[in-house]
Amino acid sequence: MDTLLVVLIDGIVYASWLFVVAAGLTLIYGVMKILNMAHGSLYAIGAYTAASLVGWYFAAGYVPWASYLVFIGGATVVGVAAGVLVERGVLRLMYGSDEVVMILVTYAILLILEDLTKLVWGVDSYYSYQPYSLLGQTNIAHIPFANYDLAMVGVAGLIGLLLWYGLNRTRRGKILRAVIHDREMSSAMGINVTRTYIITFMIGSALGAIAGGLTAPTLSVAPGLGIEVIILAFAVVVIGGLGSVGGAAFGSLLVGIGRAAAVQAFPQIELLVIYVIMAMVLAIRPQGLFVAAAARKI
Amino acid sequence: MRKADKTIISLLVALVLLLATSPVLPKWFSFLIAISLAEGLVTLGLVVLKRAGLISFGQGLYYCLGGYAVGIVGQYGGISNALALILCALVVGGLVSALVGLLLCRYRDIFFAMLTLAFSMILYGVLANTASLGSTDGFGVVPIGFFGWHPASQRLGLVVYLLICVLAVGSAMLVHRYFSAGMGWAGEAIRENEIRVEYLGISPQKILYFKYIVAALLAALGGALAAFASGHVDPNMAYWTTSGDFVFMMLLGGSANVAAPFIGAFIFEVIRTFAFDFVPYTWHMILGIVLLLIILFQPNGLWALFSKLSKKKAGVV
Repeated sequence: MDTLLVVLIDGIVYASWLFVVAAGLTLIYGVMKILNMAHGSLYAIGAYTAASLVGWYFAAGYVPWASYLVFIGGATVVGVAAGVLVERGVLRLMYGSDEVVMILVTYAILLILEDLTKLVWGVDSYYSYQPYSLLGQTNIAHIPFANYDLAMVGVAGLIGLLLWYGLNRTRRGKILRAVIHDREMSSAMGINVTRTYIITFMIGSALGAIAGGLTAPTLSVAPGLGIEVIILAFAVVVIGGLGSVGGAAFGSLLVGIGRAAAVQAFPQIELLVIYVIMAMVLAIRPQGLFVAAAARKI
Repeated sequence: MRKADKTIISLLVALVLLLATSPVLPKWFSFLIAISLAEGLVTLGLVVLKRAGLISFGQGLYYCLGGYAVGIVGQYGGISNALALILCALVVGGLVSALVGLLLCRYRDIFFAMLTLAFSMILYGVLANTASLGSTDGFGVVPIGFFGWHPASQRLGLVVYLLICVLAVGSAMLVHRYFSAGMGWAGEAIRENEIRVEYLGISPQKILYFKYIVAALLAALGGALAAFASGHVDPNMAYWTTSGDFVFMMLLGGSANVAAPFIGAFIFEVIRTFAFDFVPYTWHMILGIVLLLIILFQPNGLWALFSKLSKKKAGVV
């Protein structure tokens, strides 16, 4: 019973974190048809920014509670800035290429950003545990859980809700869905597709950076962080179906709980479980769980 | 009489040059060539797939399988005959690809790329967590011999070098023959328009399945040879960045000729060697920038540049 509870809560916490990363990735794919490998680097940049800001903030000795605003806000700003830079600086030149070529382009961006973060932040690890320990713990059925982790679930839920509302209930969201559905037709109807692309990429990058910022207090921020994340996010997004935010949420839950169960039962195959789930889903539904199969065109 | 094939002749000349210069080459340089030829074999497999319109982000799977097959059979099976070891690597690579290929050849584009990536990461996960095989550190490969003859350790490097040269050029010739055959051209047809190929009564599935196995065999051979050359295998061979490096080599060289991937691999290794010495922290950045420049300005790789020049010389343009 206790194990089940631990699996469930750990799984959901992990899933919320995964969802924030994957939502940005899937949003960018849905609108721009770009599978952004550099998403992991944006995640790492967010994490580094947050870690340095937390370090600076607590060293200066300001009110501890306001630190959340500072480090999450800082990560968001940096994420948006990096997103605009990548989109305007590189991706803009490549629109119209094959999807596979775009993977290679973003792979190149990933390589560049990976070293840029090393140049800016060095190769040492950063620790920023203060915001994590500040929130304390809660006992659920006599098992202690960190409040920070539980709050993470709330944050992910909020982001999911905002995305859903933004896409389905606002004018801008409708425009975005029109572009997702048919880029050329929307352009013919007078929608500024270029601007839609920039905004989408900004939001997607910001989500990646926010996920990084939120994770920074829970671990030591070190080089290679982004690379691990991107593979996980890929798996999640592919399970749910590329371009579907709802699919990303479902995929995160599936992977999160699957992983938590594996950690309890067979810790040595933790990594494996995720890919096995992905391979199984793709074998049955190649397009992912939440996307309708496309017709073949001659 | 049929006109002699220019590629085959060039390859033979290259082989003679590689073999003839071997005694005078400095050790580090012949090691560099050996490794790039081994990696070029893997990249050649990628070219086979690329011509059919598929990009694999997980060729490290077979590279690693080949290396580990050699390592494990050598270590625990007590076999040191190089040819037997290579045969083991090919059998393992062939069996696994025949199985995985059944699933994979139903997918195209991004899905193919991501699924191949996932499979190679599964192997990485398994190997990194297997303590008896050295986990993430990997383990050493036994020195090779040939039918009872064991070269002295200071000459082993040279023997491995010669073996790699012969096998790499031999495989390149075979693949070149395959490219000029009907089934080789069918790959291009599938890339252009798969449904029309079906209408012509050819099964794209079968052709892609065969190509996938060929690519896997080449990668397994490359992995086995790389294990001979470096004397060590570790799970990083299956890590996705390794597969990414192979994709980089393929784009750098191009896919117009069987020699292109070897050139791509060689340039890659040269950049890596010097970048590690001079700019250890920014070497990925250099790779990334070069990759962007290639995609932007030379999407068909350096080979296209080369063939353009030779056409100009001949006055074709």
